[in-house]
Amino acid sequence: MKVNTKPYGTIEVDDRQKIYFPYGILGFETFREFVLLDALQQPFYWLQSMEVPEIAFVLINPQIFQPEYRLEVADTDLEEIDTNKEDSENILTFAIVTIPENHSKMTANLQGPIIINRQNRKGRQSISLNPKWKIRHYILDELSRVREEVC
Amino acid sequence: MLILARKENESIIIGDQIEISIVNIKGDQVKLGIKAPREIKVYRLEVYNAIQEENKAAAKAKAELPELSVFLPGKAIQKPATKEVSSKLDISESDR
Repeated sequence: MKVNTKPYGTIEVDDRQKIYFPYGILGFETFREFVLLDALQQPFYWLQSMEVPEIAFVLINPQIFQPEYRLEVADTDLEEIDTNKEDSENILTFAIVTIPENHSKMTANLQGPIIINRQNRKGRQSISLNPKWKIRHYILDELSRVREEVC
Repeated sequence: MLILARKENESIIIGDQIEISIVNIKGDQVKLGIKAPREIKVYRLEVYNAIQEENKAAAKAKAELPELSVFLPGKAIQKPATKEVSSKLDISESDR
């Protein structure tokens, strides 16, 4: 199917990259249909609205900069996308990235993770039950910390 | 806004399904107990608002994304295989 995207214009996307958000995303509740795309710049993804090209979110896998991150959300949030804690291998977890003018200050939202059931491709924005995870984690700071620990 | 005075262990009911009780009052903090159907989401308002605001800021992302490796010279970022989404969503090449 053809999708008009913010980063790449109109492109061909596999039907199975379509993710349905029954409740939308906080602040964007009326938009339900998105596609998940690989960004040209690793390790980012795009969550692109199918209805409005201008609405697109940059996503990242939180474990890239926060290896300890574990999804801790209400059971009902998982039920709403027809899954549960025991089915963790089928739950994809992403953080929405905010990129300001100064790219080095980019942050990821670990308090409101995007979860996707990869079997039925339903998603929602959940709210973390663990207060350790905040709305703004500085990706580059945390990434360099991870690397120092490894060295 | 409706304003009701309640004491510890007293409750209010909203509609016929949402019950809010004052569990405990200590200094400037009140502990609330909330009984509601599972589909009614209950969040701390400031968290809910903050996530909404952050999403709006995030949606302003420019089409051109930075390369993380630019910021961390000499430390190669592990590049996942391309077609990452396809593998995450179990879309194999053969049945495209």
